[in-house]
Amino acid sequence: MRRIQKKFNDLKKRGDKALVAYLTAGDPSLEMTKELIMDLDEAGVDILEIGVPFSDPTADGPTIQAASQRSLQRGTTLSAILHMLETARKFTEIPIVLFGYYNPIFIYGTEQFAKQAKKSGVDGILVVDLPPEESRELRQYTDRAEIDFISLIAPTTSSERIGKISRNATGFLYYVSITGVTGTQKPVVSDIKKEMKRIREQTTMPVVVGFGISTPQQAAEIAPYADGVVIGSAFVRLIEEHGDKNNFVNIICSYAKDIKISLRNR
Amino acid sequence: MNARLPDKNGHFGIFGGRYAAETLMPALIELEHAYAEAKKDKAFTKEFNRYLQEYSGRETPLYFAERLTKKLGGAKIYLKREDLNHTGSHKINNTLGQALLARRMGKKRVIAETGAGQHGVATATVAALFGMECEIFMGAEDIKRQAPNVFRMKILGAQVTSVTSGTDTLKDAMNEAMRHWVSRVRDTFYVIGTTAGPHPYPAMVRNFQSVIGKETKRQILKKEGRLPDVLIACIGGGSNAMGLFYPFKDNHDITMIGVEAGGKGIATGMHAASISAGNIGVLHGNKTYLLQDEHGQIKDAYSIAAGLDYPGVGPEHGYFQSTGRARYVTVDDAEATEAFLCLSEYEGIIPAMESAHAVAYTMKLAPTLCKDKIIVINLSGRGDKDAGIIAEKLEVH
Repeated sequence: MRRIQKKFNDLKKRGDKALVAYLTAGDPSLEMTKELIMDLDEAGVDILEIGVPFSDPTADGPTIQAASQRSLQRGTTLSAILHMLETARKFTEIPIVLFGYYNPIFIYGTEQFAKQAKKSGVDGILVVDLPPEESRELRQYTDRAEIDFISLIAPTTSSERIGKISRNATGFLYYVSITGVTGTQKPVVSDIKKEMKRIREQTTMPVVVGFGISTPQQAAEIAPYADGVVIGSAFVRLIEEHGDKNNFVNIICSYAKDIKISLRNR
Repeated sequence: MNARLPDKNGHFGIFGGRYAAETLMPALIELEHAYAEAKKDKAFTKEFNRYLQEYSGRETPLYFAERLTKKLGGAKIYLKREDLNHTGSHKINNTLGQALLARRMGKKRVIAETGAGQHGVATATVAALFGMECEIFMGAEDIKRQAPNVFRMKILGAQVTSVTSGTDTLKDAMNEAMRHWVSRVRDTFYVIGTTAGPHPYPAMVRNFQSVIGKETKRQILKKEGRLPDVLIACIGGGSNAMGLFYPFKDNHDITMIGVEAGGKGIATGMHAASISAGNIGVLHGNKTYLLQDEHGQIKDAYSIAAGLDYPGVGPEHGYFQSTGRARYVTVDDAEATEAFLCLSEYEGIIPAMESAHAVAYTMKLAPTLCKDKIIVINLSGRGDKDAGIIAEKLEVH
């Protein structure tokens, strides 16, 4: 069974919800990203999204934009990220989803990318600017490599389209809880409750909620309606603030633990 | 290759498409449907044409540049005078069309990105005309370089938002406009200024701009009794070039030449020649030629002409390049500057630095052709805005 599916099955059995953490690869360094993957696994994070930095991240707010810039300035490449993940995979079984924009993958070569991602233990990909209509050119290779194709659903997505997207997706669905870019607004719980009902009518796939969740309280409020929450900008902000300190891994892991505790039994 | 393009998903061959975040997909589909309906509605077309005529002052003249022709001693040169449009460039053709569409869709707010400020001014103008709220995204660096256009936009009632992400220029303004659109997609219409972006923008902007080529066809037949041999236009995103080329695309005897900005020279890496010196990738919702590094990170474009300063190009130009229907060449800053001065001195017409690129290539080509050949240049904009840059340059030399 694929790691992502197994993870959601296990969580369901325990009555638990997934904590999905996002890190921009290469911020503050690829070496630290690798360490954080293993430490966050131990801290209780269920799924890791590893952001592939892009020069023009049009779906991201200022926090992740800045992290992408920092990472690119250090010379981070998709190839180096895949190499790092190959090493990390030897030490952890945590499901890993690559999150990013299409161009770096397209330039790497779609077929080559799918092969190397598989070899590196990547379990899923979420390509922000690759809607179902354009996804075939990549999926013909990632499907064969048994890499899940995670798709976004937005508040603006019609019910009919939710059906279409969920039939096209594998692994899980990612509900974008705000009409906006990452980390810029606070999601409204009553809206999420309503929207999740609309999504559940169309699909039985696991659905996680993200974009704008940053506190344990928010996570706890949203968890009853979702199969998990994604925390992105908040982790990236902590890394931005504390990345140069000796105890920064502890700061990040203790934040992850707080969120995870808030999710249990929700 | 006469099949109607783009296909239903916005592809021109391997180019174009709709590579957009899910938040925008419903809005793009809504826009596609609204535009398809408007296109079929005779009343919409009639109103668009009325505004082009009575508000922008179309049709624009097709002018025989006699002194320039004599000086170059070859082919006859005609100028399609898009610089005589209201607001001083071809940009208004498209913003009028999109604003009418926005009004039809019940959107009360328009946003746009701008580099040199021409598209920003053209958008602010139509927003004032139709009583819409308007916000223009402009790189902080460009706001400094193009102060007069910033004042014009503000006078017209637009809010000008300074973009400080990335390199503070046109591509970053476009990034920010897209982010903003994601956040306000329900009440906001995004007026893209060129034949790029996710479907249906490239086809829609092309269609609004093709009034340029349609008029040219009519005018040259009247003046010369035949079609021209060569069409020349500058290419940033490519809207003025596509506007001229498209109505001629099935006249296979006509050579179509797009002139990209060679900046300080292709070898220096400081240019904006996406087709001539870039490769295929995906940015801002479409697959097209881009300036990028070997890892797929987008590089900064550079040109003396701020309106050409974009690291991509409209997907249909990529398609025309791949089929050989159009040819793409480059002209550097120095050549464009020389052409800017030449047209000013010989014809009393100060061209936009962007359009000066098309003039510069004509100055190379015309002397090599017989006197019975006809070249049409799209003079896409007027150059008042560039007087300062040229004055500075002349003092240096």
